[in-house]
Amino acid sequence: MHTEFLMGNEAIALGALAAGVQVVAGYPGTPSTEVLETAAKRGAGRIYVEWSCNEKAAMEVAAGAAYAGARTLVTCKQVGLNVAADPLMSLEYVGTKGGMVVMVADDPGPISSQTEQDTRTFAQFSKVPVFDPSSVKEAYDMVREAFELSELEGTPVFLRATTRVDHGYEAIEVADEQDWKTHDAEGFVKDASRWVIFPRLSVVNHANIERRNARLAKEFSDCPFNSASNASSDLPSAFARKGIATHGINYSYTQEALAALGLEGLPVLKVGTPFPFPEDLALRFLQGVDEVLCVEELDPVIERSLLQVCGKHGLRVAIKGKLTDNMALSGENTIESVQRAIADYLNVQVSDIATKDQDMPPLPVRPPVLCAGCPHRASFYAVKCAMGKKKTVFCGDIGCYTLGNAHPLNMVDTCLCMGAGITVAQGIYHVEPDTKCFSFTGDSTFFASGITGVVNAYYNQVDLTVIVLDNSTTAMTGHQPHPGTGRTMMGDAVAPVSIEAVLRGIGLKTVETVNPFDHELAVSTVQRVSELPGVKAIIFKSPCVMLSKPNAKSVVSASDCIGCKRCIRELGCPALFFENGKARIDETQCSGCTLCEQVCPVGAIAGGEKL
Amino acid sequence: MRDNIVLCGVGGQGTVLASRLLSTAAMLRNVPVKAAETIGMAQRGGSVTSHVRIGEGVSSPLVAKGTADLLMAFEPAEAARQLSYLKPDGVAVVSNRPVIPVSSVTGGPAYDLNAIMDYLKSHVERLIVVDADAASSALGSSRVLNVVLLGAALHSGALSMDADVMREAIHARLPQRFLELNLSALDYVKQV
Ligand SMILES: Cc1ncc(C[n+]2csc(CCOP(=O)(O)OP(=O)(O)O)c2C)c(N)n1
Ligand code: SF4
Ligand code: SF4
Repeated sequence: MHTEFLMGNEAIALGALAAGVQVVAGYPGTPSTEVLETAAKRGAGRIYVEWSCNEKAAMEVAAGAAYAGARTLVTCKQVGLNVAADPLMSLEYVGTKGGMVVMVADDPGPISSQTEQDTRTFAQFSKVPVFDPSSVKEAYDMVREAFELSELEGTPVFLRATTRVDHGYEAIEVADEQDWKTHDAEGFVKDASRWVIFPRLSVVNHANIERRNARLAKEFSDCPFNSASNASSDLPSAFARKGIATHGINYSYTQEALAALGLEGLPVLKVGTPFPFPEDLALRFLQGVDEVLCVEELDPVIERSLLQVCGKHGLRVAIKGKLTDNMALSGENTIESVQRAIADYLNVQVSDIATKDQDMPPLPVRPPVLCAGCPHRASFYAVKCAMGKKKTVFCGDIGCYTLGNAHPLNMVDTCLCMGAGITVAQGIYHVEPDTKCFSFTGDSTFFASGITGVVNAYYNQVDLTVIVLDNSTTAMTGHQPHPGTGRTMMGDAVAPVSIEAVLRGIGLKTVETVNPFDHELAVSTVQRVSELPGVKAIIFKSPCVMLSKPNAKSVVSASDCIGCKRCIRELGCPALFFENGKARIDETQCSGCTLCEQVCPVGAIAGGEKL
Repeated sequence: MRDNIVLCGVGGQGTVLASRLLSTAAMLRNVPVKAAETIGMAQRGGSVTSHVRIGEGVSSPLVAKGTADLLMAFEPAEAARQLSYLKPDGVAVVSNRPVIPVSSVTGGPAYDLNAIMDYLKSHVERLIVVDADAASSALGSSRVLNVVLLGAALHSGALSMDADVMREAIHARLPQRFLELNLSALDYVKQV
């Protein structure tokens, strides 16, 4: 063993490697991405790792590998699990042979996601056992335990961690590489009665799964990841029968809050396996208290489970939490919010914590913006100029380019989930065919879930201009490769999948590829193509500036600039600012993309270089 | 060692390396350490924070409000934004160089540097303002502001670790060719 300072996600990857994982598949998504990246880096030469084209593909690849007896890991963020739900729901009925852990990152807040869904609830729905770590160290231990359980029971197992564990750091002891387990996968053994899902098989397996989960609920009562402490003898008697139930990072907030209140001896139930719920342990805990405050993030999973235990065993314990408005219904908890909720629950005073916030002057805001020189800015601006005052709808999608919604571009009218831009636009078209409908889809999103939407549009005879924003990377989540880049996670150079060829293969007659920084050409292309009937596509192709690292800079000539602010008002490029009546460019940010040069009415800006 | 530290700034300013050096220093003395970083989106220019907690018996990686021994701010407005983490007698080390966001130019709240500095001065007893431009020209590089601020924090006595362990951490973490520059950045504030 040796000590390393690790991010939670790195610890999960190292735990999986120590458990002898052989195949890792995932699709990027904050806050899950570093798990797969670390597995690839630290497991290089030992294991197979892929960025799949979406989460459904990842889940199925891992399932196949697990059928063949390998230990497998799937990684995704919580909304990614929705995409992978179809295979996972059936896989639970079929079962696995090699250990299979599905690592899902939940995101209370949400800090960087569309939803605040809770994978603990998904576990109950899908009947898949779930581990919920409260620290980096526990995440490391749990992933190894999850592999053992999965292999023993022949079921996939969830490891769900939230952002504060995924992106928290801790110095922990980890196994040396020579002590990592190794497995020999037996290989796929044909057995149609096992691997082919049929109603007859499902009804039998359904009952088996319910029985297994009832048994696991009992076994989990002795699992070291769950614990119940009794009231300490020095606890004032007024508090002795008031307990707290909690989980994940909230366990550490609770400990901090209780220490700050001087009430460390309060009875605490910590639930590390929320499903199957450790009923016997919970029952023993409930028998020692009159009241319980459930300190949870996202869904009231423990709260509902405790209510169920009370109902089943006829206990008269008051269960408090989200359902009783003792805890916030949404958003992330903090040490402060947990301390306040516990103090209210116990009816004790807390000194007001944040005292320095009074009379703070207004602070500048720093919303995320498209980088200086981002090709998406040029693409949106070209469509905006081309369409002018026409009746249009711009259906956006998920990626850096969602930021095209911000002032001054205002070019994203809808955003739902990955791939939805193309299909939502079709729905709007069916209701108002006189609107010029556009969809904007990133290259990674196109491969993940855009292609079927284009097939749907072509098949169902829609008038739609499909814009693909091809920046040659999955930028939003930290620049992962995808099928169009010609690079895999194993580092191999492979034949890239051509977006243009895919679109032509579907049947589209008009597919044009344009550099969006060629502003005049980009505008005229949009004007011409959008007038054609049916489904047609424009691929705006120019690399993300974070990858291309251009050297040229544009400079404003102070003597030529007339101070009209047109560049600043039209583009919202973070490198442009106004000083002493003239536009100026922050050279540390400018990438010389030339967009502002082309917008300036008097040609006062020069020096850039189009990529 | 027992320290609660909040670092803040704007994406790309080097807060992560500074927090890494603090954690490394703790590890070199076998003291437990936890940390949390906001890992923002790919875009530059957003607010970023790191929390570092050094010492036995720490459970949350996040610092509670009103309990940080040290607030290390790479930017004045970010210092004001995170000030509620500082404990009443804590030390704030703040770079005086503002990073003005586009939103201040396109209609959002303006950036009033004087008001922000006045606010910091009137609310922090132990405030150390680092002249970032002077440091950059003296050191011949603007890329080591993070280590200059670390040096200022160590010199202020806000931390329970000494400059020696930080020197070891710099040796452990940084490539050979940057050592000299970073070691002189660490001593910069002490010498002026
Ligand atoms: C189902 C699902 N999986 C993953 C994510 C996380 N995610 C957000 S944006 C994005 C990819 C964006 O890449 P691309 O479409 O190429 O646009 P870019 O960021 O490069 O502009 C991903 C994977 C998500 N939001 N939903
Ligand atoms: S990271 Fe790339 S795609 Fe994202 S905003 Fe910056 S330049 Fe644009
Ligand atoms: S050339 Fe103009 S628009 Fe492009 S990055 Fe530089 S300042 Fe921004």
